[in-house]
Amino acid sequence: MADAALFEFLHTEMVAELWAHHSDPGPGGQKMSLCVLEGMGFRVGQALGERLPQETLAFREELDILKFLCKDLWVAVFQKQMDSLRTNHQGTYVLQDNSFPLLIRMASGLQYLEEAPKFLAFTCGLLRGALSTLGIKSLVTASVASLPT
Amino acid sequence: SRASSAVLARDNYPLYIRSSPTENELKFHYMVHTSLDVVDEKISAMGKALVDQRELYLGLLYPTEDHKIKYGYVTNSKVKFVMVVDSSNTALRDNEIRSMFRKLHSSYTDVMCNPFYNPGDRIQSRRAFDSMVTSMMVQVC
Repeated sequence: MADAALFEFLHTEMVAELWAHHSDPGPGGQKMSLCVLEGMGFRVGQALGERLPQETLAFREELDILKFLCKDLWVAVFQKQMDSLRTNHQGTYVLQDNSFPLLIRMASGLQYLEEAPKFLAFTCGLLRGALSTLGIKSLVTASVASLPT
Repeated sequence: SRASSAVLARDNYPLYIRSSPTENELKFHYMVHTSLDVVDEKISAMGKALVDQRELYLGLLYPTEDHKIKYGYVTNSKVKFVMVVDSSNTALRDNEIRSMFRKLHSSYTDVMCNPFYNPGDRIQSRRAFDSMVTSMMVQVC
């Protein structure tokens, strides 16, 4: 899966680069770097939100858009579909990936858990950007129970 | 070439308007503006439709006046394209119009993917977008 590896390596370097030259290693600087990553993901998501649905028929409702994220977007970026999608039908959706490709290279279990947010920021932005193009203003957060085995 | 095209953002402000040189540009702006009501109607009808009408191509927008035919198309990102052609151009068939819209859509997507383009700005891409529209309008003549 050479294609998948290219993005994974690039992403790893992006994260490493942002943390390597930290002028402010405290929580303020950390937050800044996470914002930068999220912002990059946002712009990429905006473009993907335009390009990926180009040939599909019009989305009829919000759920169609969420399904698009779980299937088409996730497959395009991570070569797999989202494992589960849940909603409270009041605007909150929980998307679950049991083997998130950007975390799977790290040791399993709890060892590097506190590093996980760095590797989730870009993807959160990606989802927010795609949603923005498709007309949904959102707040995207991610959490990791334990690193995928 | 007597055709004009416009690209409108989700919030209905123009991202790109180009009328052919022989046309009255102000009149075209007005036509695009009045077309928006029809486009919005069709979009909301799509949302409520019991029938599976989910095409991006909206077809003819409203009855001709002044021998001008207006066609519409809306993307999933609710970006709208409006094209106005002369009714004297009877040779134009439905699938030709559709393919012109697909070209517009494809070029717009390319603009979106251009890292120097800030989403929501006016489209100022001269080589890619502008020249695509020019060649399209020449075809229509």
